[in-house]
Amino acid sequence: MSNGGGSYNAQNDSRAGSTGEPDIGTEPTGGFFSADYKKHDDLKQMLDSNKDNLKLEAMKRIVGMVAKGKDASDLFAAVVKNVVSKNIEVKKLVYVYLVRYAEEQQDLALLSIATFQRALKDPNQLIRASALRVLSSIRVPVIVPIMMLALKDSVVDMSPYVRKTAAHAIPKLYSLDPEQKDQLIQVIEKLLADKTTLVVGSAVMAFEELCPDRIDLIHKNYRKLCNLLVDVEEWGQVVIINMLTRYARTQFLDPNQQDAVADDDKNFYGDEDEKDSEEEEDDDEKEKTPPKKPYMMDPDHRLLLRNTKPLLQSRNAAVVMAVAQLYHHIAPKSEVGLVAKALVRLLRSHREIQHVVLSNVATLTTIRKVRGMFEPYLKSFFVRPSDPIHVRTLKLEILTNLATETSISTILREFQTYVTSSDKDFVAATIQAIGRCASSISEVTETCLNGLVGLLSNRNEYVVAESVVVIKKLLQMQPDSHSEIIQHMAKLADSITVPMARASILWMVGEYSDRVPKIAPDLLRKMAKNFINEEDIVKLQILNLAAKLCITNPKQTKLLCQYVLNLAKYDQNYDIRDRARFIRQLVSPAGEKGALGKHAKKIFLASKPAPVLDSSFKDRDQWQLGSLSHMINQRASGYSPLPDYPETAPDPTVRNVEVPMPWAEKTHKKKAGKPKKEAFYSDEEEESESESDSEESSSSSSESGSESESDDDSKSESGSDKEKKSDEEPESSSSSSSESESSSESESESESESEPDTKPQKKTPPPKTKSSAKPKKEAKQEVSLLDLDVIDMSSTSAPVPAPASALDVLSPSLASDLQGLSINDKKDTAISVTTPMFVSTTSHELLHRMTGEGLAANYRFTRGTCIYSTSMVPVEVTFTNHTDSPVCNIRIGDKKLQAGMTLQEFPEIPSLPGGGSMSVSIGIDFKDTIQPANFQICTQDRKYNVSIKPPVGELFQAVTMSEADFTAQQSKLTGMNENSGKVSIPSQHNNSKTITARMSELANVAPVSSSQDGLYRFAGKTVSGGTLLLVTVKVGEDNSANITVNCELMAICSMLVKEVKQKLSQA
Amino acid sequence: MIHSLFMINSAGDIFMEKHWKSVISRSVCDYFFEEQQKANSPEDVNPVISTPHHYLIHIYRENIYFVAVCTTEVPPLFVIEFLHRVVDTFTDYFGDGGETAIKDNYVIVYELLEEMLDNGFPLATESNILKELIKPPNILRTVVNTVTGSSNLSDTLPTGQLSNVPWRRAGVKYTNNEAYFDVIEEIDAIIDKQGSTVFADIQGVIDCCVKLSGMPDLTLSFMNPRILDDVSFHPCVRFKRWESERVLSFVPPDGNFRLISYHVGSQNMVAIPVYVKPNISFREGGGRFDVTVGPKQTMGKLVESVVITCAMPKVVLNMNLTPTQGTYTFDPVAKVLTWDVGKINPQKLPNLRGNISLQSGSPPPESNPAISVQFKIQQMAVSGLKVNRLDMYGEKYKPFKGVKYLTKAGNFQVRT
Repeated sequence: MSNGGGSYNAQNDSRAGSTGEPDIGTEPTGGFFSADYKKHDDLKQMLDSNKDNLKLEAMKRIVGMVAKGKDASDLFAAVVKNVVSKNIEVKKLVYVYLVRYAEEQQDLALLSIATFQRALKDPNQLIRASALRVLSSIRVPVIVPIMMLALKDSVVDMSPYVRKTAAHAIPKLYSLDPEQKDQLIQVIEKLLADKTTLVVGSAVMAFEELCPDRIDLIHKNYRKLCNLLVDVEEWGQVVIINMLTRYARTQFLDPNQQDAVADDDKNFYGDEDEKDSEEEEDDDEKEKTPPKKPYMMDPDHRLLLRNTKPLLQSRNAAVVMAVAQLYHHIAPKSEVGLVAKALVRLLRSHREIQHVVLSNVATLTTIRKVRGMFEPYLKSFFVRPSDPIHVRTLKLEILTNLATETSISTILREFQTYVTSSDKDFVAATIQAIGRCASSISEVTETCLNGLVGLLSNRNEYVVAESVVVIKKLLQMQPDSHSEIIQHMAKLADSITVPMARASILWMVGEYSDRVPKIAPDLLRKMAKNFINEEDIVKLQILNLAAKLCITNPKQTKLLCQYVLNLAKYDQNYDIRDRARFIRQLVSPAGEKGALGKHAKKIFLASKPAPVLDSSFKDRDQWQLGSLSHMINQRASGYSPLPDYPETAPDPTVRNVEVPMPWAEKTHKKKAGKPKKEAFYSDEEEESESESDSEESSSSSSESGSESESDDDSKSESGSDKEKKSDEEPESSSSSSSESESSSESESESESESEPDTKPQKKTPPPKTKSSAKPKKEAKQEVSLLDLDVIDMSSTSAPVPAPASALDVLSPSLASDLQGLSINDKKDTAISVTTPMFVSTTSHELLHRMTGEGLAANYRFTRGTCIYSTSMVPVEVTFTNHTDSPVCNIRIGDKKLQAGMTLQEFPEIPSLPGGGSMSVSIGIDFKDTIQPANFQICTQDRKYNVSIKPPVGELFQAVTMSEADFTAQQSKLTGMNENSGKVSIPSQHNNSKTITARMSELANVAPVSSSQDGLYRFAGKTVSGGTLLLVTVKVGEDNSANITVNCELMAICSMLVKEVKQKLSQA
Repeated sequence: MIHSLFMINSAGDIFMEKHWKSVISRSVCDYFFEEQQKANSPEDVNPVISTPHHYLIHIYRENIYFVAVCTTEVPPLFVIEFLHRVVDTFTDYFGDGGETAIKDNYVIVYELLEEMLDNGFPLATESNILKELIKPPNILRTVVNTVTGSSNLSDTLPTGQLSNVPWRRAGVKYTNNEAYFDVIEEIDAIIDKQGSTVFADIQGVIDCCVKLSGMPDLTLSFMNPRILDDVSFHPCVRFKRWESERVLSFVPPDGNFRLISYHVGSQNMVAIPVYVKPNISFREGGGRFDVTVGPKQTMGKLVESVVITCAMPKVVLNMNLTPTQGTYTFDPVAKVLTWDVGKINPQKLPNLRGNISLQSGSPPPESNPAISVQFKIQQMAVSGLKVNRLDMYGEKYKPFKGVKYLTKAGNFQVRT
């Protein structure tokens, strides 16, 4: 890029030239001073030319001007024309220019908008993304509506890259027009639900910028965010962790409550040695602590801690710091220690990172309870001569904070070497650090004092002066028995010239003059001689000394005192004059003895409290660790303090996403007239019941078949009671409950009697199923089916029956009341999910018993609605243990799913006895593809890779619709979405019964009533995406049939045609 | 997040600025200059400066201050880490991140900054992705570009960004497939006057140069993985595998990258491979200087490239020394003595001795200067870490594999 470099230098302004930068001047236009406007004319010509080379050259030079901060705005018109350029580099550079100057030239900038709008529709995602990026970066308020439209389109874009860009555009749009906030929050909500790691980081960033207080948007995504966290790019991780810290503070209980309570007790029993500060902390906590009750950490809280822990090993210091602050703020104290190692590791990094990390460590070390975690790393904080000054002071600070009885000797030895450093400020800081160690650890106070006194004979005056100041503070704490030190220091007054040190000596001699009765007056004499040459601060202390001596020893010093006061009376500094006047009134009996004079002794010789030598980082604890506000120790704009923990935990169920949606919706709708709370509680109860139940049934393996059923009955009774209370029509519901009870009983009986190959659809009472089945209805049937299957296989299915039981009680009459409340009622067409026509009993092998070392697993598609999520295909997995010994802890391990696919695991099977078998259900969202779901089945000591590949027919749910609807939908799905084939059906099978049976065997579709003979129609929709599938089989003469499949998913369409052909042509 | 970026050279010129949101006047840098004036050396400037309306966070590298301007609360490490990543990218692209390189390639710099940050929030920082978006300059391409007028911007999509291995570009092809691993360990130590270790720990990294076609999946295992207790990983490393099996399993980025860096803490005993016997004394007007270096615990390996530096006190005028081996220089302005020893011969220990002359009249310094030591030992990792084997899955060909060990002195300081 030598040509580019030439132009950059050529355009260097005069300042750059003055610093000796060689002005190469390769451009024909010459240097900077040769008429600026002319040069711009030249650029304009180049931009107007039709050669890309020239344009590019011009744009490069313009960008050079922008880079140097020179004004290039008058070229706007010429540049903006080139936004349509075909050359991608010219285009990019034009973008750079546009973003910089559009704000200033709003009208002209509008000319470029159309180009971006076109680019937003480009098939290349990179172009779409960059168009959105530039469009949103142009800060022109007029185009807000256009931006909003583009944004809304991009949020649902196929490409995650574009969606990420859209997330970035949100804060831009907001800063341009804050009134759009509500709409933007909706967009954020959509993006937060995104499952791509690329997008979520940016979505959370937008969330944090716009509406950090809308914590309710996070609930549903909380677990997903926790689980995705490790795979999100590093910058997103930082933002997400910070957000989750705040979230955890509002949603979970304080994990350290118990400690606080324990500490309180300890204090109560007279542990007086605790530091004041800590007691204060405890007091605070006491106020917060609700009545004691055993603390159980919310599993979601644990999830967060568990999933962030690996990130301590990130290479990115910001991520490590974010995790560290998360642990500091929300983890139990016993676990915070983990972060120490990682933080210490960061100390090897760049100087700036060291600085930030050290200041955070310094804050952590002021907190007594967590200080211990850094003690093993004490030596990592030893100062090196190469450290910059701010790093050194921070290290000193940390070493001082970490000093304990055991480590103090090491630290002091280290401090001794620092004192010999050539950096005076650092030496002074070290001496102060020694002073602080001495004051905080009583065992070493003597040693430190002696050491400091030793320093008094140092040749370096700064060292001596600083030592004097520190000794003064130390002596003030325990003045007894140190008269020889005071004497020694009094002697130093002759030699020391540093004002602060002199002042300290004078103050000390005055304060403890009774210990050095002979020296004190002599010192005052010497000082008085040289009074006028002293610094102000020393003069003040001389006055103080004089006054104090005058009170205690008037005989010897009264005249001296008068002399000093007289000198001070004419001092230049008014402070000193004032002080002199004040003292004279107090001590000198010149006038009649004033009222104050009597109290002079009390005033001057009152015992003074010892200074507290505290860490300067003490108060930084109030800021969130790792934040900018913490660094600068003041509130940065946009900083929001971490909230306190709630006293009682907010409802943890808000984060549940696996709750089967149809039920929830139904409950709400049914009780629309009632206060919301009630519905809410009953909901919760149901769920907890189901949970406990599932546990129960999974633990007891073989007998629970009958048992769980009886449980269900009892529960359904209680459920119906509840409904009785809440229902608007008491009589119908009461009858319903009794009815349902009996019906469910009879059903279960019939189930147990029925043969394994009983077709479930025979059992469903046809009069109740109206053409448009209700979701509750369907669910009920599905559940009973599952129950049946369970019995068939002489094993139990774990989590399924429970939620069903609550529904079993719903009577047909109630059910018919609820007609039309189905989840699909938003749609205009009467297409509704119906019960499957056929449920296969053949199972496929998942894990052969040879590979599984005796553990075999089979799976089967149950064709119901998945209990975990409506978009999942329910799969029943049956484990059989062919060995004699039990297999423990069967669970799902690593999942290697295609992007977008999700798999809901089953609850871990604690133990499967030898020869026993057990069924569990899992849900897989195949995203409407036949990609296999690969995952691991783990036992106590082994892992097996298995995969489930769905047959294409299992990706559907049967739906019912009218014939008219069918034809209407079919007409919409023509062209590419239509696939057809010909097949000849063996004559013995050419009847409606066989065709229908075969079709429903092949795929989970439902027949649509047909007015024509020989025309069979079937309808279904995909489980995940809800895409409609229409199958038409038209049987002509000579047993040949035309198959037409209509579906938006072309791949599925063609596969299904093949399979239908195969199936129907079977002999 | 990051509002603007200013680059300031050592002369105090703001030679480049970039704004991601609305423009902030460069006068904001005056606050920075104010702080800079207070500091004794460029490193001493506080990295986070608070001004009435903005917060300036800067790093100092390659003699340039990179000053980021923020207006709201942002984790400072976030900004600092990003700025370092920017400089790393420049170094990666231009071979050096200095002022001349930035000025010579200002268009690429500007394009890079545009891609790396969107509205102040990092967008693409992986070097592999950036290189696909914006081609790094090289002589050949520059020539071709000037002749054909083609650009150094790629118009194809960076596939990595969208896959689940965002650090690797797709369609990599080499004729020679090779993978080299350098295990480099640095000893940080403070040795006191008596020769005993005050503090020592080991900082290790494994730098890789992987040039493999396709999508190789590598597994690197160690003889003694227990040494690796405090590790940070490149994002490509599968953490779960490491937790359960203690092997590094990863799909590598293309080219050079740092796979892991680790820290062997001071709790473990660290073998110190050299000793330094200093004998420095000052008296009125002069002094004696006598330093001997020798090997110690080198496990039979040769200690090479030994360099001893010593920052003498300011009162030292000159030094007149004789080395038994190597050459020495004394910089009378910076007062730094440098002795390039070379290899240490265990039979004949290198020694440097002679006289020091002090400024007349000034009192002799009371403390002795610290000596810092540089050395290298080939084919040894001082922590004892050893690579066991490297396996490759997912591709058919047989790659050429190589592992190299190197121990260096990091911050190795001897107090005298």
